[in-house]
Amino acid sequence: MTAELGHLAVILALMVAIVQTAVPLIGAQRGWSNWMAVAAPASIVQAVLICVAFGALMWAFVTSDFSVWLVATNSHSAKPMLYKISGTWGNHEGSLLLWILILALFGAAVALWGKGLPLRLKSLVLSVQGSIGVAFLLFLVLTSNPFTRIETPPFDGNDLNPLLQDPGLAFHPPFLYLGYVGLSMAFSFAIAALIEGKVDPAWARWVRPWTLAAWVFLTIGIGLGSWWAYYELGWGGWWFWDPVENASFMPWLISIALLHSAIVVEKRNTLKSWTILLAILGFSFSLIGTFIVRSGVITSVHAFANDPTRGIFILLILGVFIGGALTLYAARSHALRSDSVFALASRESGLVLNNLLLVVSTLVVFVGTLWPLIAEMVTGAKVSVGPPFFNVTFTPFMVALAMVLPIGAMLPWKRAQLGRAMQPLWGAMALSVAFGAFVWSVMTGGSIVAAIGGVLGAWIIFGTVADLAHRVKLGKAGGGESLRRLSRLPRADWGKAIAHAGLGVLFVAIAALESGTVEDIRVVQPGSSYQFEGYDIRLDAVTQVAGPNYTADRAQLTLTRAGETRAVLMPEKRFYPVQRFPTTEAGIDRGWTRDLYLVIGDRQPDGGWVVRSFRKPMANWIWAGCIIMAIGGLFSLSDRRFRLAAGARKARRGATQVPAE
Amino acid sequence: MIRALVVLVTLVTLALPALAVQPDEVLDDPVLEQRARDLSKEIRCLVCRNESIDESNAQLAKDLRILVRDRLVEGDSNAEVLDYLVARYGEYVLLRPRFTAGNAALWLAAPVLLLFGGLTAALFLRRRSRPAEPAGLSAAEQKRLREVLDDDRIA
Repeated sequence: MTAELGHLAVILALMVAIVQTAVPLIGAQRGWSNWMAVAAPASIVQAVLICVAFGALMWAFVTSDFSVWLVATNSHSAKPMLYKISGTWGNHEGSLLLWILILALFGAAVALWGKGLPLRLKSLVLSVQGSIGVAFLLFLVLTSNPFTRIETPPFDGNDLNPLLQDPGLAFHPPFLYLGYVGLSMAFSFAIAALIEGKVDPAWARWVRPWTLAAWVFLTIGIGLGSWWAYYELGWGGWWFWDPVENASFMPWLISIALLHSAIVVEKRNTLKSWTILLAILGFSFSLIGTFIVRSGVITSVHAFANDPTRGIFILLILGVFIGGALTLYAARSHALRSDSVFALASRESGLVLNNLLLVVSTLVVFVGTLWPLIAEMVTGAKVSVGPPFFNVTFTPFMVALAMVLPIGAMLPWKRAQLGRAMQPLWGAMALSVAFGAFVWSVMTGGSIVAAIGGVLGAWIIFGTVADLAHRVKLGKAGGGESLRRLSRLPRADWGKAIAHAGLGVLFVAIAALESGTVEDIRVVQPGSSYQFEGYDIRLDAVTQVAGPNYTADRAQLTLTRAGETRAVLMPEKRFYPVQRFPTTEAGIDRGWTRDLYLVIGDRQPDGGWVVRSFRKPMANWIWAGCIIMAIGGLFSLSDRRFRLAAGARKARRGATQVPAE
Repeated sequence: MIRALVVLVTLVTLALPALAVQPDEVLDDPVLEQRARDLSKEIRCLVCRNESIDESNAQLAKDLRILVRDRLVEGDSNAEVLDYLVARYGEYVLLRPRFTAGNAALWLAAPVLLLFGGLTAALFLRRRSRPAEPAGLSAAEQKRLREVLDDDRIA
């Protein structure tokens, strides 16, 4: 019964979404405020209906209702509860419903909390949001119904792909979707602004929190995915330039560009048309990303032909939204010109450079990701584009970005003197070069990659500190005065500092990990030990253990140093009988400066086991960098100018606000 | 049916836990072994989804790893090993496509886009760094100006 209830709720939601799209749009065109007022309640009703549908699907998974086709093919009664829940979105139909749920929740959030928005803008935004909902609900209802029943339910289900049965990956998709769909808000605001023909600093203030939130979610989602790959895939890789990863990476890069260009609109009322274009691009890449993952089109052109209905529907949605938005942009964007003046050396120029590097690097990833498809269609040649290509073409952009970031971040608006703006940074530059030299001398063999990464990362971090010190007049005013200024710094400024520092941490960690990983492969007899990176590692035993829905060979390895036991690690090799699928669980001794990463392999005919040992320098700092960046985003998000309904109540509160940057 | 089988095989080999290089494959000469590892990262495991033979657990990847090592032991240069593999398996085996006529657009994407974007940005910044010229008077305004100037009462 619950499945039918869910199905009904989805169909009702589709109807409500159609009303939400059409009525406010007509109302806004004709200036009928009672028609416009339909948008808010409609989006709330739509969200409630989809919550019901999603709840019904989740209930079917939790109770292992194998009469529902989706549950039978993707779940199993012996699966732990966490993965029964996360199994709801571990498949095409369920993840699509999750996507729609988040879309509807974002719409409802605007309806509930967007009280400061002008009615016309608000109803247009919700109308565009509704139209995205219509497209996806139609796709769900017509081609991917998650509630289909089967006539003779099987005794038990097919189980979820064991690789997905992991806490890291259980929550990876919801975060990514929160990010993708969060960008739909920026898109809706952009389309609404194009229809209205007006973009002003207030518009940028409304868009920025949504983009910030989307970016924070994407950062966490990508970080979770990378962390999962690191410990689950068995050799400590953290980024593979896989099409599916690139699909989430491209919206992330564009959302950073959008965040920065929206600042220019907000502060200086310029770059308006470009910011609108970025808002459209950000969501376009989200849509393309969703479909790269969902359609499998990148894996092979033929995957597309497996299900032509879905394929054509996907192309239709992409065409209507991306094509429609760009057409509207071409027709309307000239009305958004502004004529504010700024010098070549200015914060504005710095942010234009930031946007240039981010957008071009995104397009490079885009071309690389789609190239196998393009080549096959155009010349019929089958080519591969893998990590070696992306490392060569993408890295230079990030190096350039790191070099200019601290300078751009310190330049004043409008007109700057480069020499004067750079003055507080010379110390930071000297320190970062010193840090690079230190890294170079510490790394055995003196890796130049590690040294360069170290210099760049340190340059960003020290540059950020120098920026803060400069802003609070450290050393120029008294200590008390500096402290007072520091405590008065707007949250957005803290956010900027923290997020930039997180990027610096990420640079250092990536350089260290990429250049300093040490690896050892050998056959070890149970009871014997070997030397690795200053440790004595003894393979105590390998035992068979049974998990809830798998069996495993579990090794116990004891790490001793100078006769003292430092860690006992238990790497596993699991086998999931239902899906006939093996996985590895690495044994990791985590540390501040390095991870020791042990993996157990196959048993050899002589009774020994293959053991692989890695020393991964700075590994955890990659994810720490992601977390720090996300915290920076949250700080910025909590800035009071976003909490106040963006200027609407400013007059009443008096002009006591600190202008935030 | 065959297509379904292909999909199935792809799914099964997709991201199998990578145990990759086995102890018995490792060469005694550490320099050659390091070259083999570096080369392996450039070579695609043909039956896997976007994995190099260095990472992959598939039998074919193992065969290719041994093949690469055999060629290196026989004294091939890195380029010769890659040429040999391309001759046997086609360009598809390379994870970093070569710069050929067919792949030119791929390799030129980064510099061309950067150049194009950079020029656009430079033009934009140049225009913005100069105060906008005050717009000329419209015909109606000119007429009105003449009227005012010609007006004897003011003069």
